[in-house]
Amino acid sequence: MSAVNAPSYDASSRQPDGIRQVRALPRRRPGEVFAAVALAGPAMALLLVLFILPVVAIVAVAVTDWQFGTRSLNFIGLANFRAIFADDIFLASLRNTAIYVSIVMPGTVLGGLAIALLIESGDSLRGFYRAIHFLPFMATLAAMATVWEALLHPTIGLVNNTFAAVGLPTANWLRDETTVLPVLAVIGIWQNLGFAMVLFLAGLKSIPQDLYDAADIDGADQWLDRLITVTLPMLGPIAMFVVVVVALRAFEAFDTVQILTQGGPGHASELLLHTLYRESFEFLRAGYGAAITVVFLVIAITLTLIQARLIDKRVHYQ
Amino acid sequence: MAAISLDRLSKRYGGNPVLDAVSLDIQDGEFLTLLGPSGCGKSTLLRVIAGLESQDSGGVAIGGVAVDGLRPKQRDVAMVFQSYALYPHMTVAANMALPLKMRRLTLLQRLPIVCRLLARTRATLRQIEEDVRRTAAALEIEHVLDRKPGQLSGGQRQRVAVGRAMVRRPSVFLMDEPLSNLDAKLRVTMRAEIKELHRRLGVTFVYVTHDQAEAMTLSDRVAVMLDGKLRQVGRPLEIYADPAERRVAEFIGSPKITMIEARVGEGGQVHVGSRLLPIETAQPPGSLIVLGIRPEAFTLVAPGAEGELLAGRVRLVEHLGSDLYIHLEGAGQAEPVIARLDAAQAPHIGIGEQIHLAVHAERMLLFASDGRRIRAATDRRPVAVVSGLRAAARAEYAR
Ligand SMILES: Nc1ncnc2c1ncn2[C@@H]1O[C@H](COP(=O)(O)OP(=O)(O)OP(=O)(O)O)[C@@H](O)[C@H]1O
Ligand SMILES: [Mg+2]
Repeated sequence: MSAVNAPSYDASSRQPDGIRQVRALPRRRPGEVFAAVALAGPAMALLLVLFILPVVAIVAVAVTDWQFGTRSLNFIGLANFRAIFADDIFLASLRNTAIYVSIVMPGTVLGGLAIALLIESGDSLRGFYRAIHFLPFMATLAAMATVWEALLHPTIGLVNNTFAAVGLPTANWLRDETTVLPVLAVIGIWQNLGFAMVLFLAGLKSIPQDLYDAADIDGADQWLDRLITVTLPMLGPIAMFVVVVVALRAFEAFDTVQILTQGGPGHASELLLHTLYRESFEFLRAGYGAAITVVFLVIAITLTLIQARLIDKRVHYQ
Repeated sequence: MAAISLDRLSKRYGGNPVLDAVSLDIQDGEFLTLLGPSGCGKSTLLRVIAGLESQDSGGVAIGGVAVDGLRPKQRDVAMVFQSYALYPHMTVAANMALPLKMRRLTLLQRLPIVCRLLARTRATLRQIEEDVRRTAAALEIEHVLDRKPGQLSGGQRQRVAVGRAMVRRPSVFLMDEPLSNLDAKLRVTMRAEIKELHRRLGVTFVYVTHDQAEAMTLSDRVAVMLDGKLRQVGRPLEIYADPAERRVAEFIGSPKITMIEARVGEGGQVHVGSRLLPIETAQPPGSLIVLGIRPEAFTLVAPGAEGELLAGRVRLVEHLGSDLYIHLEGAGQAEPVIARLDAAQAPHIGIGEQIHLAVHAERMLLFASDGRRIRAATDRRPVAVVSGLRAAARAEYAR
């Protein structure tokens, strides 16, 4: 979570150099090797059991025709991968996921930032607003989803009634192919907004007042100038972290789909994790599901790597 | 023209008075230092002058114009912060260019790319770049213009902070403990540079510090601040040799001044214990007063010599080359008495030894029991001796 820390301002922590130095040390004595193994061993073992072995198993299953529960399996090479990339449902799911992430991620980040700036600029009821916006993140979605379902109900839902009252078009939001994905995305934003907001608030708190004073003296004392000169750049590292974490969370969206739409109507709200779940545990096509999982993992790991790179290289002002 | 005039400034934070009716006139081109212990309100006063903080009552005028309602940028002041407050994401060049960009470009022109295209904006930007380079050259930081603040040493950061303040040629420089983050050696170097900068720019400097050495060496005048009040404003020597009240005398000078209780007897005679001092005062007989004696005012005398003021056992001897600091205890005082003696005059003093000290009447500072300075002390000896001693005191301090 080092990314959540305040952008290191003035004090210079030259971590990358330090690591390089350790690596460059000359050969070690046997005692040191033993100590190193003893210290790193438990973590390595856990990593192996909880992450590396399952990934290896998934990749292994992905190149077979294993059906969940059966005793026989055959090696079929990349056939599963060829199959999923020829499968309209999987491709639709991939496309939907991309659209979903590209709405939820910017929506959450910008919304969270805006709310954090608003809360920070006001004096009263800060704690109250913070709590209100953080609630959706804490609440179980299973319970909240029923509320959303009621709100979006085509005839008695509050949304349609309100829209009708002010003369806006109404819709059967969760049963309409064109609206279902955007509506799920809005719920996704609502879910993650508090998380982004809390991180941005922490970031805003850690900006030294001196910088704002300096900006005042230098003439950057309008709202927009302060934002551009001090606030946004100083939030850089945290913004990076929020972007990637929210992207990952959006990418893993499952519960809203499962509870509200089951991927329907048609496959209009089919998201990757939901497709994966259905193939593996409803249709019991383990090999096929594993191939989807591999694709899923590749995307997730890529996002994480991008985060690590960007945070180290771009936004730590060293 | 930027004389600064402060008129009965007061400010409270949650009921606590932080500034208490501060009035001060700072002349154009003067180097004025605000000196005081931590928490006395120096930074607050500086921030009120800058416009970063607003006063509860009283007024600030800069260059004869009341600036009370004006924003910091409209006051033509520049400020150097203790933390330097450099923008960590900008290069040194961008840090220094910012105050110029904010003043010379409109919001539209400052937008990236779009307005680089306009010829007039380009010309302004070139001019800004040129100004930044010239300032950087004057401060010898040209070679770090492309670096970020995080890649600079403490001294370089300090110069960049000064450069950012200097680049737009303000008529007032405000500096809040700009040297306190530097190591001792660099501090002395930068002190000389700031003095030189002031001489070269010839503008008004208001400098905040709690370091007496900085205040004494840099300033034209020092304003001593205690508990939100200005206690005394004067030339450095004056503050040291002629303090206006007991607390100023105690705050200025290191090692600390020795305070000795005395009693006023019949006809204004002053007694310390059973000794009669060669001075008189107009205080009423029977009242208690306090004698303040600087360490270098003591002289070593033989036991029972005329003018002996106190005697005590040596607890500690600090050798400082040409001088010695002697800490005496059991001289009838609660705190140890510290005397500064010439090493040549007292080469053999050892710990535990009993020594006797005298003080010339001229060098005793008298304070009433409420801390006010009593200036009416008169010497009972011939005038010629007194003026000779006054010259000696000057020479002593100037060393
Ligand atoms: N924003 C604030 N809110 C409440 N009290 C404050 C605030 N700023 C300063 N004070 C109080 O005002 C007093 C003076 O503060 P100031 O920063 O001016 O002191 P200073 O003389 O600059 O001290 P230092 O040498 O430590 O910087 C202090 O007691 C401080 O606690
Ligand atoms: Mg201060």
